[in-house]
Amino acid sequence: MGLFDFLRSRQKNTASVAKERLRIIVAQERAQSGRPDYLPLLRRELLEVIRKYVNIDPDAIEIHVQRDGDQEVLELSVALPDKQDGETPTATASES
Amino acid sequence: MTEIIVVTSGKGGVGKTTTSASLSVGLAKRGKKVAVIDFDVGLRNLDLIMGCERRVVYDFVNVIQGECTLKQALIKDKRIETLYVLAASQTRDKDALNKEGVERVLNELTEDGFDYVLCDSPAGIEKGAALAMYFADRAIVVVNPEVSSVRDSDRILGLLSSKTRRAELGNGPVEQHLLLTRYNPDRVAGGDMMGVNDVKEILGIEVIGVIPESPGVLTASNAGVPVILDEESAAGQAYADAVARLSGETRPMRFIDAQKKGFLARIFGS
Repeated sequence: MGLFDFLRSRQKNTASVAKERLRIIVAQERAQSGRPDYLPLLRRELLEVIRKYVNIDPDAIEIHVQRDGDQEVLELSVALPDKQDGETPTATASES
Repeated sequence: MTEIIVVTSGKGGVGKTTTSASLSVGLAKRGKKVAVIDFDVGLRNLDLIMGCERRVVYDFVNVIQGECTLKQALIKDKRIETLYVLAASQTRDKDALNKEGVERVLNELTEDGFDYVLCDSPAGIEKGAALAMYFADRAIVVVNPEVSSVRDSDRILGLLSSKTRRAELGNGPVEQHLLLTRYNPDRVAGGDMMGVNDVKEILGIEVIGVIPESPGVLTASNAGVPVILDEESAAGQAYADAVARLSGETRPMRFIDAQKKGFLARIFGS
C-alpha cells in the first residue's frame, strides 16, 4: 500500500465485511439444513385438512422442529380465526 | 489399507484439479501407491494438468461400463513409478457414472494394494460430485478466501456429514480439511482479503494447507507438470507442506505473511 493509494481515501476493510456477511448466512443455512425436507409439504397438507373444518389463514400454521439432546420435538401451532365474540383460541399439539 | 480422499469444493475454478494433481504427485513421491481419478465426466481436465492427455485410451466410464479392464484404463505416470491416473470420459455425460460401478472400481484399487485413491470432484453438488464424495474416508475442501467459495464450501461440508457412505453406515465422520488456494498475503494484510483464520473460524474446520497465489500454477498447467514438482515456486512448496501434513507430519504454515517491502516500495506502492 503506497502513499498514493493511502491518499486515495481508504475504503473500509472489505475483508471484515465479507467475514461478517458470511458468518450470518452460514449460520442461517446451517440451521435450515438440519430441518427435515418434508416440512413444507406436511404444512401444506395439514392446511388442507384443517380447512375442511375451519377456514384458517395460510400463514396460521407454524411448524418447528426442536432438538433437545437426542430427542427431537415436532411442534405444530395452528392459530384459529377470531370467533364472533373476539376470542382467539390457539390449538397446540406437540409430539416427540 | 487404502485411504479414499475426495478433493471437492462446490464452487468451480477454485483449484480442485490443480490440488488433486499436486497432492497425488506429492504422496506418490513419498513412495505411496496412488491412483487419482477424474470424476468430471464430460469436462475432463485432470489428464491435461497431469500431462498425460495424449496417452488416454480408456477412461473411467469405459471401466464402469465393462468396456475394458481397470488395468487397461489406468495411465502410469512417466515421472513417478507409483502414480496412476484414471481419466474421465470426455464424450459421455455424468449419468454414465453409478454408485455400484464406482464402488467396484474403488474395491479393485483396494485389492491392488493402492495406499491412496484421490477423487477429483467436479464442481457443483450433482451426481458426479455426490459420487466423488460418497465413498471418501477423508475430504479436502478447496476454498478461495472469497465469499461465494466459502459459502459453497459450507454446503459441501454439510453434504459430507450426511450424504456419504460413512455417514449412512454410521462408520464415523469423513475427516475434513480445508485447503486455501489463491491466497494473497498482501491483500490479507491490506484488509481486502479474508485471512486463514477468518475462513477457519467461519467454517469451523482445520486448515491443512494454504497455497499462495503464484505465477507457478499457470506455468505448471501450461506445461502439464503438477506445480508441486516446481520446487522453486511458492505454490509448489506449499503443496509439499500440505502433503506432509496429510501424511501426519507437523509443518508450520508458510507464505501467509505479507512480504516486507523496501522503503521506496512503501512510499510509491508496488
